[in-house]
Amino acid sequence: MSDIASPINANFADAHPALSSAQAVIAANRCYFCYDAPCVEACPTGIDIPAFIRGIATGNVAGAAKTILQENIFGGACARVCPTEILCERACVRTAEMGEPVDIGALQRVATDWQMAQGAQPFTRAPETGKRIAVVGAGPAGLACAHALALRGHDVTVFDAKPKPGGLNEYGIAAYKMADDFAAREVDFVLSIGGIKMQYEKRLGDTILLAGLREEFDAVFLGLGLTGVNRLGIAGENLPGVRDAVDFIAELRQAADKSKLKIGRRVVVIGGGNTAIDAATQAKLLGAEEVTMLYRRGPEHMSATKDEQEWAQINGVNIRFWVAPLRIEDAGGALKVVREREEFIADLVLKAVGQVFVGEGPALEGGRIKVEGYHTSLPNVFAGGDCTAGMDLTVHAVQDGKMAARAIDKFLGF
Amino acid sequence: MADLSSTFAGIRTKNPFWLASAPPTDKAYNVERAFAAGWGGVVWKTLGEDPPVVNVSSRYGAISYGGVRVAGFNNIELITDRPLELNLQEITEVKKNWPDRAVVVSLMVPCNEESWKAILRRVESTGADGVELNFGCPHGMSERGMGAAVGQVPEYVEMVTRWCKQHTRMPVIVKLTPNVTDILQAATAAKNGGADAVSLINTIMSICAVDLDLMSPTPVVDGKGTHGGYCGPAVKPIALRMVAEIAREFSLRGLPISGIGGVSTWRDAAEFFALGAGNVQVCTAAMTHGFRIVGDMITGLSNWMDAKGYAKLSDFQGAAVPNFVHWDDLNLNYKSIAAINQDLCIKCGKCYAACEDTSHQSIAALRVDGGRRYEIIDEECVGCNLCAHVCPVDDCITMVSVPTGKPYANWKDHENNPSSPHFVHG
Repeated sequence: MSDIASPINANFADAHPALSSAQAVIAANRCYFCYDAPCVEACPTGIDIPAFIRGIATGNVAGAAKTILQENIFGGACARVCPTEILCERACVRTAEMGEPVDIGALQRVATDWQMAQGAQPFTRAPETGKRIAVVGAGPAGLACAHALALRGHDVTVFDAKPKPGGLNEYGIAAYKMADDFAAREVDFVLSIGGIKMQYEKRLGDTILLAGLREEFDAVFLGLGLTGVNRLGIAGENLPGVRDAVDFIAELRQAADKSKLKIGRRVVVIGGGNTAIDAATQAKLLGAEEVTMLYRRGPEHMSATKDEQEWAQINGVNIRFWVAPLRIEDAGGALKVVREREEFIADLVLKAVGQVFVGEGPALEGGRIKVEGYHTSLPNVFAGGDCTAGMDLTVHAVQDGKMAARAIDKFLGF
Repeated sequence: MADLSSTFAGIRTKNPFWLASAPPTDKAYNVERAFAAGWGGVVWKTLGEDPPVVNVSSRYGAISYGGVRVAGFNNIELITDRPLELNLQEITEVKKNWPDRAVVVSLMVPCNEESWKAILRRVESTGADGVELNFGCPHGMSERGMGAAVGQVPEYVEMVTRWCKQHTRMPVIVKLTPNVTDILQAATAAKNGGADAVSLINTIMSICAVDLDLMSPTPVVDGKGTHGGYCGPAVKPIALRMVAEIAREFSLRGLPISGIGGVSTWRDAAEFFALGAGNVQVCTAAMTHGFRIVGDMITGLSNWMDAKGYAKLSDFQGAAVPNFVHWDDLNLNYKSIAAINQDLCIKCGKCYAACEDTSHQSIAALRVDGGRRYEIIDEECVGCNLCAHVCPVDDCITMVSVPTGKPYANWKDHENNPSSPHFVHG
């Protein structure tokens, strides 16, 4: 029997609940409305942050929302998942002044939540151009590109291998960052611009082919993400009970009733990125008694930010630094993660040592699709997001999608 | 600890902080709470003739600024709406209970001698320390020929003041309205009428805000609004100027001034004293925070006086008056320019935006090794102070005086001034 009211499910409620309107005004009034604001420069999508915050301070929330969304149509997701502590909020002059930045992420959420509650976008699609573009991948890069192209009046078809849109927002990010089915609601919001057809369970190289898309459409955008995972390269990583963290998170995200998910009593997560943090924290929230993250280097080397590390620790995850497992052994009903002179007994071992691009077609560079100004080596094929070089953050993917759409628009002669 | 005792118009109080005639002083209950909190005196909310006036609902408007409530405040409340006898009984009682505190009674009756004579006699019998003539209320009563309607006509001010001095032994304080072009005329009239002191400012005619849904000025009374009297922190600069005008006027020398208008802290009070006030009256700050703010006013003023070496209020009362001069007396040869302390600068660029967009283009916005750097262009800076005001960091931008090598010279003698003896034709 499903038990949505179970305390386990409550664990996955919003990690950082929305600001009240009174809190928002106080937070907004801390913004100095800087000239040449450092936060804008630090935002990968270049949102005019002082302008939108002033809108919140003055009660012009509609203006604030449009300021955000015109640069970043996934402003709602980014408000929730952006590592603001290393981006806008680190650059905030209030950080230099007193170590307490303006709460930019939370304020962005105030405005974008307001806009989504209106049930409509503040944008109107341009007249149809007759141009057709295929977007492969319905994650933040693909949908940001699709939105920007549809806005310009182009006709867009989005293909995705999964049965649902959203990419990592739907399958790969911790549930408490995207509470209340936010990822799906935001995709609906993005698609409401019109002119975008969605095709699910279409995998490139399998049910659809790049050559066919290149012929059928005027241009193709690849926002494929990273579909492969790195191997540990140690003995025992294929034992039963050893899983990829991305699969674990995807299963958790898709489970309506998380109290029914099986989780071992003792969980070991190997890795030090955001996926490792999300997997470890969620394992703990699912009820695991002991969750240990093993990372081969120190806290300063982790790609998960200090805030993320602290979040995991606050939730009871034990992070062990400078621990490199040598092998995983079957310990008769449990697993044994072995390092020099130390063993970790686990019922479940989650591997989170990075994701890799898997695919073929345009030329690669450093294992990812090579792009120059969002153009790939194939004339009418463009790419962006995690399948290309750069930081693997939602906000970077959105920027890539937005900028690639401009490149495609130009390529099509507009 | 500095001696904060004050003698104002012959009324001695242990500290110079009085509550102004207003809702906080409308009845014994409030006034007793105020005295328990430490206030040196009160001016009882204005008494009038029976039958009492009738007040409306609601009564207050307020300005929030940058999330801070009650930066400015206005009201459309009238004088006391309680029977005269009840107020007089309570005044008698309170004065008996608190002999070391000042109880001054604010009065407003129609403009005829008999009315004033009658009420003065009754007030005197309460044992009150003095009266304050309310010539200031700009709403409701003024339309009935009282309050500001008297205060705006110097002849009336003088006449009524004279009646009062004639019919009572109590000190007479004349409360002045700021809703005039020249405050000196009203103050001079009060003095000529024999006033023992003046108090100012009363509230300023105002519309606090417009309710954009109801399309009505606030406060809204059944869909309609009216102008009210503005007060609170926002009016302090206006009050300071008017107090200072009176303080520096030679013909008014020696006329005690009770400073009113936006006094919220000990520092505000110190500024009023420096410009010549003998005590201060507070209302909005108490209505915003409650009576216990007087605790910080007392210790704050005392600590500041100790730090400055002032033993008593008179040691610095009026100390800034000689420096409040006419524009014509300012030194045209003095020059100061802004200086940015780069170690304190947080790179917000507010100084640059202000100077570049609205002033003299004398700040350079630079990038040094990719980092922002704002620098004063000394030769362009006119020393206007704008950058220092908009800078959010204390002491990051300071004004530094630059020796010009030129002697003091003012506009009266300047060669560009057509009325100067040194005027030079082009």
